[in-house]
Amino acid sequence: MASQFIRQTLTKTKPSTIVRRFSTAAAVASPTGYEEPTGVTMKGVKISGRPLYLDMQATTPVDPRVLDSMLPFYLSRYGNPHSRTHLYGWESETAVETARAQVAALIGASPKEIVFTSGATESNNISVKGVMHFYKEKKRHVITTQTEHKCVLDSCRHLQQEGFEVTYLPVGSDGLIDLDRLRKEIRPDTGLVSIMAVNNEIGVVQPLEEIGKICKEFNVPFHTDAAQALGKIKVDVEKWNVSLMSLSGHKIYGPKGVGALYMRRRPRIRVEPQMNGGGQERGIRSGTVPTPLVVGMGAACELAMKEMEYDEKRIKGLQERLLNGIREKIDGVVVNGSMDRRYVGNLNLSFAYVEGESLLMGLKEVAVSSGSACTSASLEPSYVLRALGVDEDMAHTSIRFGIGRFTTEEEIDKAVELTVKQVEKLREMSPLYEMVKEGIDIKQIQWAQH
Amino acid sequence: MLRLVAKRLLGTASRDIPSRPLQILPRLYHENVIDHYNNPRNVGSFDKNDPNVGTGLVGAPACGDVMKLQIKIDEESGKIVDACFKTFGCGSAIASSSVATEWVKGKSMDEVLTIKNTEIAKHLSLPPVKLHCSMLAEDAIKAAVKDAEAKRAKMNATLKGADVKSG
Repeated sequence: MASQFIRQTLTKTKPSTIVRRFSTAAAVASPTGYEEPTGVTMKGVKISGRPLYLDMQATTPVDPRVLDSMLPFYLSRYGNPHSRTHLYGWESETAVETARAQVAALIGASPKEIVFTSGATESNNISVKGVMHFYKEKKRHVITTQTEHKCVLDSCRHLQQEGFEVTYLPVGSDGLIDLDRLRKEIRPDTGLVSIMAVNNEIGVVQPLEEIGKICKEFNVPFHTDAAQALGKIKVDVEKWNVSLMSLSGHKIYGPKGVGALYMRRRPRIRVEPQMNGGGQERGIRSGTVPTPLVVGMGAACELAMKEMEYDEKRIKGLQERLLNGIREKIDGVVVNGSMDRRYVGNLNLSFAYVEGESLLMGLKEVAVSSGSACTSASLEPSYVLRALGVDEDMAHTSIRFGIGRFTTEEEIDKAVELTVKQVEKLREMSPLYEMVKEGIDIKQIQWAQH
Repeated sequence: MLRLVAKRLLGTASRDIPSRPLQILPRLYHENVIDHYNNPRNVGSFDKNDPNVGTGLVGAPACGDVMKLQIKIDEESGKIVDACFKTFGCGSAIASSSVATEWVKGKSMDEVLTIKNTEIAKHLSLPPVKLHCSMLAEDAIKAAVKDAEAKRAKMNATLKGADVKSG
């Protein structure tokens, strides 16, 4: 009797006191006490719900269809693709090879030329450092641009410390490189030209076909970081004449933690591996290939191939809606980077006389990113904007809006409304705006530095 | 097992989700900063040419911070009766200058020169990377006071000159 009572008491479960709301992320391990019925509180800020996501260049949500394709490989088909002796390994390996073919199809390559890595950063490291270390006897020079992603710039800096020479090409005010300048900088001992396809901050698309032609002419390997370009613009390794290409999974609605490296076979480009081990991925990148992530990336690439055209049309409409919506209500809005040679889903705007971090503080209901100084640890504005030659005071005011497959018109309208409201409020508070209104030329003033 | 039963009976057994932890999550913005940003006090402008108004303009757009602080002096007592500001800068800069305008009201010009940037920073719990915002606010106060005193001196000089002339 007593034991029965004890059993009953122990198995009685009290109802949970905090209501778990449905979230789009699977199995959220939420930190305690931050989601209350009346809203969300984090880092001292309280908002009425989750913010609108307009930061697609930072990362993208996983497409539910991609997640569906990944789950079996976590729960039932969990074998190691390198296990040769049983069914679990064989089915895993088949899945990896299918994914490889899907990725290759999207870029116009053969599956034999795709190596899976942990992300575009790793692929960039293998490309820059691996190529130069392999050819270090004969080739001592690398050409890249000033607006590259940090991982490429940091790898080049590492090479400089080892004694290689690096040329950082400047860009024009529209963000594009000067092809004649590139031609002039190529030397007999140039081992690699690395120029990204689509810039992550300003969305500018470089003239890759022309760069590929120049590299072919001088017989220099051409590497491009296509993390932001994959699945968004038409990528063709033959047309661009690339020898190496870095790809990322989580920018095309795939999982985080996976990427790929395209390595041309004819003419073959050789690299020194950065990860040593059991010789997986043809010795280029040792380590167990993460089957579920790779399957996810493959599925994402296949979806991208089918939906790229439709997405682009839709996103172009949303971008115009956003830009026109903002421009109708306020003036002094500048688009950073070329307007024609641009990926439609990236809109980097500068609002004159308003500071970026204060604008972001007021835009807590919209998740966007800024290229301003205060948001980075130092007082320097973003190096990409400075390379564009943007005036110091304008560089402090930029906001990057990222539009993607799942962005709706209502989100754009709401973002326009909130942005306009905040900019107007901050302009009221801005002494620079007041001076401009009075007719004073700000550039003529001698500022008292502190 | 008996202990567990006892806990359940007394209702003190842990529920599915534990109660709020004692450790406070690190915050990027103090509540005061956000409050000053959302409800800024004393935003505005006085007439620059008014002899009772002192204007302090400090900072530079290149650094990302420009503050304009204006104080209105009462002629007889020499005390600051009103203040307003305009700032181009991050949330901490806006909050620092807003706090500065609140603190100078009702004080005399010598008193406000003792306001230190460390006090402003402590009031807003500014992180080290934002301390320059409070320094700029202190500079703005000093510049405004200097301007006000200069105007006063000029006014006194012209009055004296007029007195002497009229004999």
